[in-house]
Amino acid sequence: MIKTLYELLLTGALCFYTLATVIFLVQFITLKKRMEKAATGILCAGLLFHTSAIAVRWAQAGHIPLVHMHESLSFLSIVIVAGFLLAQIKNRLKSLGAFVTPLASILLACALTQERTIVPLPPALQSIWLPIHATISIVAYAIFTISFLIAVMYLIQERQIKTKKLGGIFQRLPSLDGLDAILGRTLALGFAILTLGIITGSIWAEEAWGAYWSWDPKETWSLVTWLLYAAILHQRFTIGWRGRRAATMTIIAFLVLIFTFLGVNLLIPGEHSYATRLQ
Amino acid sequence: MPQDSSKPGILLLGVNHKTAEVGIRERLAMVNSDIPPLQFFSSLNVCDEVVFLSTCNRVEVIAVAPSIENAMAKIKLHWLEKSGLSLKDASNLYEHKADDAIRHLFRVASSLDSMVVGEPQILGQLKDAYKKADEAKTTGTILNRLMHKAFSVAKTIRTETRIASNAVSISYAAVELAKKIFGELKGKRAMLIGAGEMAELAAQHLMANGVSKLIVANRTLARAVELADKLHGKAVSLDEIPDALHEVDIVISSTGAPGYVITAEQVKKAMRPRKHNLLFLIDIAVPRDIEPNVNNIENVYLYDIDDLSGIVETNKAEREKEALKAERIVEAEVIKFISWLKCLDIVPLIQGIQNKAEETRLKELSRSQSALKGLTPEQLKAIDTLTRSLVQKLLHDPIVSLRKSHSEGEEQALALMDAASHLFKVNGSGK
Repeated sequence: MIKTLYELLLTGALCFYTLATVIFLVQFITLKKRMEKAATGILCAGLLFHTSAIAVRWAQAGHIPLVHMHESLSFLSIVIVAGFLLAQIKNRLKSLGAFVTPLASILLACALTQERTIVPLPPALQSIWLPIHATISIVAYAIFTISFLIAVMYLIQERQIKTKKLGGIFQRLPSLDGLDAILGRTLALGFAILTLGIITGSIWAEEAWGAYWSWDPKETWSLVTWLLYAAILHQRFTIGWRGRRAATMTIIAFLVLIFTFLGVNLLIPGEHSYATRLQ
Repeated sequence: MPQDSSKPGILLLGVNHKTAEVGIRERLAMVNSDIPPLQFFSSLNVCDEVVFLSTCNRVEVIAVAPSIENAMAKIKLHWLEKSGLSLKDASNLYEHKADDAIRHLFRVASSLDSMVVGEPQILGQLKDAYKKADEAKTTGTILNRLMHKAFSVAKTIRTETRIASNAVSISYAAVELAKKIFGELKGKRAMLIGAGEMAELAAQHLMANGVSKLIVANRTLARAVELADKLHGKAVSLDEIPDALHEVDIVISSTGAPGYVITAEQVKKAMRPRKHNLLFLIDIAVPRDIEPNVNNIENVYLYDIDDLSGIVETNKAEREKEALKAERIVEAEVIKFISWLKCLDIVPLIQGIQNKAEETRLKELSRSQSALKGLTPEQLKAIDTLTRSLVQKLLHDPIVSLRKSHSEGEEQALALMDAASHLFKVNGSGK
């Protein structure tokens, strides 16, 4: 019963996300203001369904639903949506919805294709640090996903202005400086949270395995990712590394991040068990 | 039903930049007239309501008159005479009646008839003209409604079409681009090189959009100082340009120099001290002032006069496309306004029905006179009262329905009016 309720709620959330995506994309073309409001409202409804779904899952499993790939992708999707909606309240970035919602919908759709039977938590994961470390890490990934999308928007807009193609796309994307400023902010925030994620992870590792750092592939690649983002931010604040190069680097760093999140689990066996659930 | 031109209605006559040269427009504007234009047209005693619009591109009289033909002829004759023009200059005037007049006014308000389609000033000018007429009390029910409708049509068109959304002059295009690069222009710094008129205009637009600091560089420092004072900027010599590049965000160059005033080398060197902040260069000089491959430097955007003209041309074409959408909105509003006008005929219609009923009653009474001979005056009076109240009772409901129909929408009202005039065989004008 609860399992079907969970699936119902999650499918409902996906429907709302997909509908919001369609409206955001149509709005991107037609530039009708009212559509943006409608899409945002529908996305909020989707978020509500998604939150309820996760709450149901949590109650059913008895531990935070952040263990398998299915749960991680679903959680990543909800944090991206929530982050986008929060960002819209403060700094509205023109057309960001048309970039964020498709990705969030795809992530949730991918989550739904994954094996999702609840298995008892392996002893290694039975710790207070599981919810803390996993949540923080996924939030960092979500923020970096948004900064990746902003970097893509920047590169597209930059190309339009550089090559003097000032047509439809040019008119629909925000200003370069506006994009760059928000890119800087999301990078800084994401970096702070990723740092926290790595620290909590190593504390947990010490507790579980007796060593803060054991060069597990996941740890190694997290460190590589962390160093890349650190480099981007360092260059930005010292010599003013901004614009095209910063955007390109953000995209490269994000590709490494994807590898850390998925690739490591897929290709290299390690302690981060959710890999085992990926089909 | 087609508007009969001898019926009361709206008329409009005037000249614009297409039909008359400026000399004629100036005279018709009646600036030096001993009597204000509105009073002058009222004093002709041919129209009930009048508004007079005068801008640098057009002069128009919009009036409501009991007889369109008569008013049109009189206004034309006296207007030309008063302006010191002869009747043969009448060929410059356009004349619009009824729905044509309404359409023309809506198009003018929405800037569809302007020299630069989509320019925003005309609406303000029309509002001023209406305000003057309102103060002079030369407007009434019809023109009040017509003018307000014109304002709202203009607003609808502005929000629902992109007729005014793109820059159609070089200096505006430069500002629009700057906004797409920097977002807010508040706090940005600009440098003006050379003292051309177009560059000065662009600089003024930038300042109006929030650019806080301006540097003016010129070959002759005296001219730079002069211009800097005018625009509240700082004057520098041409040699100081490379250093100034460290601190400005926008450069507008328009010198008459034969060679490059800014080279790619200079810009490249400036990027590090600028902390790679975006740099937007606008070169409106011919021959060019800024080395073209400056555009290849990262975070630097160079636009020359051809690029900007290209934008302006595309925008103009875009505006024309949007103008078609706007014309459709105008057309729909004209139809709505005409049906509103027709609804105004409801009062004469009711009057007509009542008159006809009363006539019938009196005629029937007089026909029965011989049969009623033997009655006392009291009895005769009772019969008179009886017939009168019979007529009133019978007409009460139809008349109430007609009066109320207005609130149910113009279409229903018109249908009901049409039905009533058929059923009672009374025409709208009540005669």
